[in-house]
Amino acid sequence: MTAVRCVDLCKTYRQGEVDIKALDHVSIEIKEGGFVCLSAPSGGGKTTLLNAIGGLDKPDSGEVYIAGQRIDNLSKGELAELRLRQIGFVFQAFNLIPVLTARENVEFVMQVQGVPAGERQRLAHAILDEVGLAGLEDRRPADMSGGQQQRVAVARAIVSRPALVLADEPTANLDSKTADELMELFRELNDHHSTTFVIATHDKRVMGYAKRLVRMLDGRIVADIKQDAA
Amino acid sequence: MNLVFRLAWRNLWRHPRRTWLTTAAMMFSNTLLVFMISLQFGMYGLMIDNTLQAFTGHLQIQAPGYKDDQKIRQTVADIVPLAESLRAELPSVSIAARGTAFALVSSEERSYGIAVFGVEPAYEPDVSTIPGLVSEGRFLGDIDAPEIIIGAALARNLRAGLGDELTVLGSGRDGSFAAAVVDIVGIFDSGIADVDRSITEIPLGLFQDVFFMDGSGHQIVINAGSIDGVAELQSKVGSLLPAGQDLVVHDWDALQPGLKQAIKADMSSAFLMYGILVILVAFSVLNTQLMSVLERTHEFGIVMSLGLTPGRLGRLVLLETAIMGALGLVLGAVLGGLVTSWFSVNGFAYPGMEELASKFNLPARFFPQVSPLTLLVGPAVVFLFTLLAAVYPALRLHRLQPVEAMRAV
Ligand SMILES: Nc1ncnc2c1ncn2[C@@H]1O[C@H](COP(=O)(O)OP(=O)(O)O)[C@@H](O)[C@H]1O
Ligand SMILES: [Mg+2]
Repeated sequence: MTAVRCVDLCKTYRQGEVDIKALDHVSIEIKEGGFVCLSAPSGGGKTTLLNAIGGLDKPDSGEVYIAGQRIDNLSKGELAELRLRQIGFVFQAFNLIPVLTARENVEFVMQVQGVPAGERQRLAHAILDEVGLAGLEDRRPADMSGGQQQRVAVARAIVSRPALVLADEPTANLDSKTADELMELFRELNDHHSTTFVIATHDKRVMGYAKRLVRMLDGRIVADIKQDAA
Repeated sequence: MNLVFRLAWRNLWRHPRRTWLTTAAMMFSNTLLVFMISLQFGMYGLMIDNTLQAFTGHLQIQAPGYKDDQKIRQTVADIVPLAESLRAELPSVSIAARGTAFALVSSEERSYGIAVFGVEPAYEPDVSTIPGLVSEGRFLGDIDAPEIIIGAALARNLRAGLGDELTVLGSGRDGSFAAAVVDIVGIFDSGIADVDRSITEIPLGLFQDVFFMDGSGHQIVINAGSIDGVAELQSKVGSLLPAGQDLVVHDWDALQPGLKQAIKADMSSAFLMYGILVILVAFSVLNTQLMSVLERTHEFGIVMSLGLTPGRLGRLVLLETAIMGALGLVLGAVLGGLVTSWFSVNGFAYPGMEELASKFNLPARFFPQVSPLTLLVGPAVVFLFTLLAAVYPALRLHRLQPVEAMRAV
């Protein structure tokens, strides 16, 4: 089964007098259970592509399919519903609601999804345990390290078992040891739950963990490499 | 506690000082509103009671049509026995019979056309403050005595004083010539020029003789003590009226239509002031919530990318506002209740107005009354406008695009 399929995506931004092609006829297919790294130097179009896949932004032309369903023509409300139920997001930093504890941050999205309270508590406890935050459930983001905060964000992204997790430079604010640990966690989750991961990064160390490395430059895919990752 | 409620609550206290300032604005205006409205409604009650107890009473029994066209022929038959039997049936209220005629009242020097009331000397003091306002001489005594009391202004106009004789000339019930000579036994001074100029009172027995009333009169005045329960009393009195006679019972609003109008006029000017206060509070809430939404743009972008809709975030903002508003409501109502209660025990003097108040027969100290209505009506309106003020910031969230929002720091 195909988790993600993009067909001929184009997106142009106008900056002053210049047109910037953030996506220039991008087509890509990602299998279910894939672990893909999108790598490009800054400004290469990684975020634009992830946003198009996640239904956060619309391409100017082209088609996006998630699990076989076309999504680029959905309404705002339908896209919100899609993100809520089928896609998990992890961003670079400041992912969390600062006034909620780790457990509450994880529970909040589940509450919006309509998961009953008892179930919510059980799942939140289990997932925080799985990402290595046992004992820190009642801490607020300000009382956690950057790595711990990213783990909470990951826990929140995967707790409802979405088919697809999109991560946009999740290690950019972490030191290399913490970054390694986070990537190992991603791989574990990918192995255990066969969740599809698409991770945008320009960090070479992160690329090493990918099963498949897609290189972009100026909005185009310039290489697509299968790897035997560490 | 519900997770969304917890989130809203904690969001409020991200900026404790700002939240407290906004809540304090609500609390202050709520306190003020509770006090002012309690005072205002207490004043109205007093104003109504005092006006009605001066002369009109809360209810009057009359012949139908008399109220709008005061013809001497439209009478209440056997008025004294009827008043007597009503007093027996309704021991808790004050009742007195009157007759009314228009006559030419002359002293040696001058004449004035004026209303002459025939009153029951024994019962009139229970339904009117005029007997108590006699400042020279005394009130009427015997029901048949040829006596009169007049107001101070009329006495001046007539150039007559205590002990002088006045001639009363008019036409009787049957149209025949009516005349009497009476002694001035008392002069009253109500401080209200209109009353002191236009009311004269003679004993009802004399009145019936002079104007050929044949035992009848024109109104039975009922003073219920206060306007509470006047409606029930009105229907009770109606049921006690003799079957053979066509009579009506008018309430104070029908008898004194100007009173409610005066109160309404006063209310609308007071409510204009309250309205301005409420709008000021609403703007402070609007400002607070706009800031609070604006500074959370990045955070809202994140949760919107997780699949939260702007509508849900808007409801969160409204919930935060509602919590803040409820805090202001409770604190304001409690503080306002306490302040007003203190004054309701210790009284509230009209500074510099004591003399005027005593002239108008108002008490020198006024005691505002707290009731559930005066306690809640102001704060409830403030709460409502607080919520309305948060609608705009909440609706603005619909313009938010997650990608752009997340770019905000
Ligand atoms: N909202 C925007 N307005 C104008 N230009 C944009 C906007 N978003 C992205 N771009 C431009 O599009 C190109 C791709 O950006 P992006 O997808 O963010 O790259 P990356 O995530 O790889 O750094 C960049 O040149 C960037 O400047
Ligand atoms: Mg980027």
